[in-house]
Amino acid sequence: MKLTIPEQELMQSGHLACQGCGATLAMRYALKALGQNTVLSIPACCWSVIDGPFPYSSLKVPIFHTAFETAASAASGMEAGLEMMGDKDTQVVAWAGDGGTFDIGIQALSGAAERNDNIMYICYDNEAYMNTGIQRSSATPRLSWTTTTPENHPKETPKKDMVGIMAAHRIPYVATCSVAYPEDMVKKVKKAKDTQGCKFIHVFAPCPTGWRSAPETCVKLARLAVQTKVFPLYEIFNGVDYKINVKPAKPKPVTEYVKLQGRFRHLTEADIKQIQRTVDWEWERLLKMAEGCEETEEKKGKKKKK
Amino acid sequence: MKKVVMGNHALSYGAMLARAQVIAAYPITPQTEVVGFLSELCADKLLDAKFIKVESEHSAMAASIGASAVGARTFTATSAQGLALMHEMLHWAVGARTPVVLGNINRAMGPPWTIWTDQNDSLSQRDTGLIQYYCESNQEVLDTVIQAFKVSENERVLLPAMIVLDAFVLSHTSEVVDMPDQELVDKYLPRRKATYRVDPKDPHSFGNLTGPDRYYELRYKIERSMREAEGLIKEADEEFDKLFGRKYGLIETHQIEDAETILVASATVAGTARTVVDELRAKGEKIGLVRVRVFRPFPFQEIRKAIENAHRVMVIDRNISFGHSGIFYQEVKAAMYNQPRRPPIFGYIAGLGGRDVTPETIAEIIEDAGKRDRSEEDIIWIGLKP
Ligand SMILES: Cc1ncc(C[n+]2csc(CCOP(=O)(O)OP(=O)(O)O)c2C)c(N)n1
Ligand code: SF4
Ligand SMILES: [Mg+2]
Repeated sequence: MKLTIPEQELMQSGHLACQGCGATLAMRYALKALGQNTVLSIPACCWSVIDGPFPYSSLKVPIFHTAFETAASAASGMEAGLEMMGDKDTQVVAWAGDGGTFDIGIQALSGAAERNDNIMYICYDNEAYMNTGIQRSSATPRLSWTTTTPENHPKETPKKDMVGIMAAHRIPYVATCSVAYPEDMVKKVKKAKDTQGCKFIHVFAPCPTGWRSAPETCVKLARLAVQTKVFPLYEIFNGVDYKINVKPAKPKPVTEYVKLQGRFRHLTEADIKQIQRTVDWEWERLLKMAEGCEETEEKKGKKKKK
Repeated sequence: MKKVVMGNHALSYGAMLARAQVIAAYPITPQTEVVGFLSELCADKLLDAKFIKVESEHSAMAASIGASAVGARTFTATSAQGLALMHEMLHWAVGARTPVVLGNINRAMGPPWTIWTDQNDSLSQRDTGLIQYYCESNQEVLDTVIQAFKVSENERVLLPAMIVLDAFVLSHTSEVVDMPDQELVDKYLPRRKATYRVDPKDPHSFGNLTGPDRYYELRYKIERSMREAEGLIKEADEEFDKLFGRKYGLIETHQIEDAETILVASATVAGTARTVVDELRAKGEKIGLVRVRVFRPFPFQEIRKAIENAHRVMVIDRNISFGHSGIFYQEVKAAMYNQPRRPPIFGYIAGLGGRDVTPETIAEIIEDAGKRDRSEEDIIWIGLKP
């Protein structure tokens, strides 16, 4: 059988994630692309637990656990330190949840991006603070339930456009990925690895525990998010040059996605229609952004380091 | 080679001579000359370091920790609000056992906005586990940066160290400084060799979840290292003396042998107190001075020995722990409580927010204490305006 993603497994069994956790799939695929020569900076998030208790670790690459808002700054420090010690090959990766990225860590991330530090920042997005028991983050979608946005007062504001914010820093590479599209994800992480400067990768990673969905639907939900255009897969080069990677020929209605999740159980038909309109509008906007952007060698991933 | 330099430049030259490899810092008055000067030293290739121009002090410390975690020699500097913003990461640097040398220019905390000196910023970090040095001269600042790297990076210690100097009184005052010879500094402080480092060739997880079954011992180990640091600070100081002909000690004593009255002070206030002591000695008064240079680890033995035979001890604090008293006072007092000989100890607060502590202020303290038999008050304010 021809394998479409690297065989190497740098993540081992024995980790502490819940069944059907998208964040673990995200790590497994990312490491396949990154390879052994990687160090991770992980702030407070589910992954600070998933890794396993001291003295164990479920990963075969080193992890430096750091404070909640410091994934990017600790990574910048590690990168600078390694460079000064003559190591220019190791890829330093900041690996953070949506809370650590969209909210408390955005300042440090913006700093690293503006300096164009040679780090890769990967945000696995499960759309809430899961580690602390499902509180809303600014990545939580509008109308979603969390413990701080109860059903009779769900979240009123839309999900923050983090990818747009990162693109606005004009960093060389920004991409969205999904745990349901491992080939696409591995390709993007490899492309990021071959790019000098600050790279931002946003991975959609369903969380059955927080989304009140069945563990076995993790990959299905991730795929539906792409097929319904709720979470499009695209890349942005140098902050302006867009490429949409998956354009669903027959997009599925958002109902199919929403109906599988307890966090949307309280939605009315009108709510779902409203969500559909927003999703369609955002998709049209994305198409417009990508209009006129040409397919270049760089986009095909042929760009070499420095 | 002698140079006339301000305290902030002495701090920067210290980092340069120590061959810091990574610097991550954010500007704040009165520390700005440190970031500016170090940027120039890096740009002019006089210092081969990566200077990460971070967007905050919180990130400055986080980046310093990251750099130290992979084994690089790391320096940062800040003051007041900046140090307070770093607080979470100071705990992190200690827990992660990442040596970093941090210069802190003592500045009073706002509000109201102020830029002048007092010690509440650094002393608020008392319980983080930072080694803390309080310097009196620019020479001492420069020398202490070099010494502090040696101690902090020692694998029996592996704790961050903070070098404290008074805002303006030292940071912006020019003094003659003897620049240590680079070759000798290299001999004294070779490149850091980190045994425990984040390394993809030897992957480990640093700082992951630790239950009550192990955390307690990890804290014990930090305390043990702090205690080890006490001896190593002295060793590093003596070795420095052999090469450069200068040493400072954990505490510095002046005229205490037969002293009945002893002043305890730190930083530049100690310099002023010394002149007052000398004047009174000339008049035949049995008075002496103890300058606390190293505040953490606290030099219990040396302080006890220095003051136990005095008839009265006055501690001058340019800081205050609200609802309690001056912080050096608390610590000196606590060090004596279980001792067989305990002189009365008086706690004076002076010079907050950069109010001048002049020889007259010190004379007033001595006079006031002379009128008291026992210290009945926990705080005695000096020079309080109505
Ligand atoms: C300064 C600080 N504030 C709050 C916390 C508590 N905390 C730990 S993880 C977390 C939420 C993490 O959410 P996210 O980044 O989305 O990761 P997830 O848990 O969802 O994987 C919070 C609030 C903390 N560790 N540090
Ligand atoms: S709470 Fe969600 S993200 Fe966290 S481990 Fe469980 S499934 Fe994964
Ligand atoms: Mg999350």
